[in-house]
Amino acid sequence: MNPEDLRYADSHEWVRVDGDVGTIGITDHAQKQLGEIVYLELPEVGHMYDAGDEFGTVESVKAVSELFTPISGEVVEVNKGAVAEPGIINDDPFGDGWLIKLKVSTDVEIGKLMSADAYAEYVREEEQEK
Amino acid sequence: MSVEVEEKATAARDPRYPEPRPLPLVFERSGEGKVGYSLPPLDVPATVAIPAALCRKEIAGGTQISEVDVARHFTRLSKLNFSIDQGLYALGSCTMKHNPRTNEEMARLPGFAASHPLAPDALSQGSLELAWRLERILAELTGLPRVTLQPSAGAQGELAGILMVRKALEKTGKARTTVLIPDSAHGTNPASAHFAGYTVKELKSNTRGTIDLDVLERAMTEDVAALMLTVPNTLGIFEDRILDIAKIVHGKGGYLYCDGANFNAFVGVAKPGLMGVDVMHMNLHKTFSTPHGGGGPGSGPVAVCEALVPYLPRPTVERRADGTFFLEYDRPDSIGRLRTFLGNFGMFVRALSYIAAYGNRIGEVAKVAVLNANYIRAGLTGVYHLKYDGPSMHEVVFSDKKQADLGVSNVDIAKRLMDYGFHPPTMSFPLIVHGALMIEPTETEGKPVLDAFIRAMREIARECEENPELVHTAPHTTPVKRVDEVGAARNLVLRWRP
Amino acid sequence: MLSAIGVRSIDDLFAAVPAAVRRAPDLPPPMSEIEIRRFLGGMAKKNANARDTAFFLGAGVYNHYVSSIADQMLYRAEWLTSYTPYQPEVSQGTLQSIFEFQTHICLLTGLEVANASLYEGASALVEALLMAERLSRGKTRAVLSAGIHPEYRETVRTYFSNLGLELVEVPLGPDGATDAKALAAAVDERTFAVAVQSPNFYGVVEDWKAGSAAAKAKGALSVAVVAEAVSLALLAPPGEGGADIACGEAQSLGVPMHNGGPLLGFLACRTEHQRQIPGRLVGLTKDAEGRRAFCLTLSTREQHIRREKATSNICTNQGLMALASNIHMSLLGKEGLREVALQSHAKAQYLKGVIAKIPGYRLPYAGPTFNEFLVEGPEDAAVLLERLSARGILGGVPLSRFDPKDRRRWLVAVTEMNERAELDRLVAALSGRPA
Repeated sequence: MNPEDLRYADSHEWVRVDGDVGTIGITDHAQKQLGEIVYLELPEVGHMYDAGDEFGTVESVKAVSELFTPISGEVVEVNKGAVAEPGIINDDPFGDGWLIKLKVSTDVEIGKLMSADAYAEYVREEEQEK
Repeated sequence: MSVEVEEKATAARDPRYPEPRPLPLVFERSGEGKVGYSLPPLDVPATVAIPAALCRKEIAGGTQISEVDVARHFTRLSKLNFSIDQGLYALGSCTMKHNPRTNEEMARLPGFAASHPLAPDALSQGSLELAWRLERILAELTGLPRVTLQPSAGAQGELAGILMVRKALEKTGKARTTVLIPDSAHGTNPASAHFAGYTVKELKSNTRGTIDLDVLERAMTEDVAALMLTVPNTLGIFEDRILDIAKIVHGKGGYLYCDGANFNAFVGVAKPGLMGVDVMHMNLHKTFSTPHGGGGPGSGPVAVCEALVPYLPRPTVERRADGTFFLEYDRPDSIGRLRTFLGNFGMFVRALSYIAAYGNRIGEVAKVAVLNANYIRAGLTGVYHLKYDGPSMHEVVFSDKKQADLGVSNVDIAKRLMDYGFHPPTMSFPLIVHGALMIEPTETEGKPVLDAFIRAMREIARECEENPELVHTAPHTTPVKRVDEVGAARNLVLRWRP
Repeated sequence: MLSAIGVRSIDDLFAAVPAAVRRAPDLPPPMSEIEIRRFLGGMAKKNANARDTAFFLGAGVYNHYVSSIADQMLYRAEWLTSYTPYQPEVSQGTLQSIFEFQTHICLLTGLEVANASLYEGASALVEALLMAERLSRGKTRAVLSAGIHPEYRETVRTYFSNLGLELVEVPLGPDGATDAKALAAAVDERTFAVAVQSPNFYGVVEDWKAGSAAAKAKGALSVAVVAEAVSLALLAPPGEGGADIACGEAQSLGVPMHNGGPLLGFLACRTEHQRQIPGRLVGLTKDAEGRRAFCLTLSTREQHIRREKATSNICTNQGLMALASNIHMSLLGKEGLREVALQSHAKAQYLKGVIAKIPGYRLPYAGPTFNEFLVEGPEDAAVLLERLSARGILGGVPLSRFDPKDRRRWLVAVTEMNERAELDRLVAALSGRPA
């Protein structure tokens, strides 16, 4: 369900690291909670973020959520296709629905993020509280 | 498109909704040379004494239409709306009670409808007296000494209240930085606190859905300006520890703000002033029957304790010893103005008309409202999930938890309820109940209507088990079927173009 | 019912309410409908109203023609007693009417997007400024012309008092329009908005281009304020004058004066800013069977979802008034709205010309006016106007009402509702002749 090779933040973003580039998106659970996504606001290339910073917003008809980067880095690519057709995030949140790519400053933070199993457990606990 | 063509172009009709659909826009009814108005001939020399560079050309796309077109267009459009006069709106926190027609007649008296707010006080004694009387009555009902009628709606009333608190605290030397708001609160509460320059700290409700006194005690510091509380809360549950809550807040020099959206639960029975409330806004369009009109106008008077009186918006309505009324502008500590003139005066007339009809028996409104909500609760308990089972006042909040397991959401249930001739309940809040169905019948409804509503809800619950697809694809008998709100947001078209 | 609930009396349902806070209200007994009519009718009679006097009051609320059908259509239960259109399947009437209203405002202002209405003109200006501030990402100064209605400016000051923003006011020039040089000088790189009203509070028609040029020069947004919306049928629209946002009061387009409320605020803007627009918005869409349909959209900006991050804390729009205005604007149409504007202007010009010739009276401002103008007389204006009111003439609004030091000047407003005979009566009264 949640791909094993990714790491997860408690704000429901995922990150995949390839060399010194980290790709960030939101999880399948997040896109389900939001409902059909209608609008996406992403930063310009070149922006610098620290882990935990807000880098954009994702909007559905009934909710809007801030997007937080799980890692520090500089924006090197932005998924313009997702901005034009935000529905792709609902259809393929872990693949074509990626949001931004950062050039990673340090890989220390990745260890702090959750594994796929830990994230699945975290989501289960959150659902219980409802 | 002419009327005849549109009649023929109709899709399959439901006999309950005999009008052709889709209806053209009023701009699409326009026709070259049609005229709908008449004015007397100009009785002074015609002239345009403004430089051409400051003038416009014609209003491109503007209508040319006859009065009969207008009459038909707006009559047909109106038939696509549900309304209180048609049936029950069990909308939690909206208090959709009957709008008495006397109110409308009174508001249209020329002395009210055709009066100007800047006429001299001597020629506005009727308006000033009416405003003053309404203020006195609301003061009596809240148990707080003074009232302002200026805020245009509840949300603006909230802002006025918090601004007054802020100004009062500034006078002590410290405005403080934070406002406490329970997680069950309506979205206008944190939005208003934010606009008053405060940070919002959310208080987690306890398992009963009410304020957790320990949580409050820990959060209540001398940096907190106010606690904003809805009474009863948005779950319809009364804060039975209200006196202790007030003590904790006052103990650290803070103010207790009451969001009076749910005043219908205890108006005429209990007084917020006696609960320790320092400032409270009311909604004339909820508790006091002024019409919702498809989304407004509202009116949000605010009642305040003695300590906040100096900060009331300017001007205030005052009465002299000789019984005449005037507007007092000289109020140096006032927070200023939130809008032009006195407020939504047309709504004051309607509210006073309504209250006058009840007089000292207005407590019966609350009693029947609470009775009705509890009757519905009894009829639906076990059928729908009740997350917080504390005693309900004038509204009850169920959730779709049982039905969600069958793949049906509160949205689906709401849409299916339309097929039964009821307007859906409130669904989008409180946020602490996922999939909420917030039901407030008001005192307007008699037992037969409540029984019909209960029957419909029970029937829908059965459909969720036996035929969930029917509920999932509802509504089936409304003038339009389920509307694509996602498409509207993805492809924004917000106007017609010529 | 009580047994179904499982209690013995209704009082049991109030068990959670402490006895200490229960109190029956000290109010008179209930009134019947007949008594209510006497009670309220008695108060109404104590007010002067526009139907029974020669009426020249303006200053933000105007006595314009309201068609009978625009008023009577509001009696229909489906309009009066319907709820906010959150459930589009049972609210298509309201939604389509708002969509039409939004369109009318766009056509009049020359801008691309308009919202479903706001409370009234002053809070509409506040919302416009806050919108410009959000779009500016961090700028802190708003520049306002002193020609903007004083109650609008006071409202802005109240809202801005806690937001850490700077307000700068620019005076008028000798002709009664905003001093263009002073305006340009007041705008700097920290400025997020430049707001000018036309016709301004003193009735003088301003050039939108002056404000928008000053704004553009320093990267600020241009806000056009309109308090007399009938003027939009004759004067150059804000959109053509370079405005980014237009806002103000649409009461004069089909809403009775109601002693100053409910009124009808409006706000319109360019497409590129639409995501920051406050208040409700209705959009076009389809239903599940392909029919054209309407629904509220971009609600995620609103308080009920974004809470403290909302673009505004507004909950209601002015639903019923927006409907009344839609009916009225539709009925009058492009020709009728223009004719109302032309008549208002022509009658005001006539009156202005004659008053200027009365010994002892002058027009302080030479700038062109639409339907309202400033007069300076030989004595205290409030005293003079009180004398006139005893003769059934409400001759205008004295400026001393807004500034106690401004004793001899007052504003005269004229509309298509003023007959020539009334104009001549006012002139006769000012000239000291018997009416």
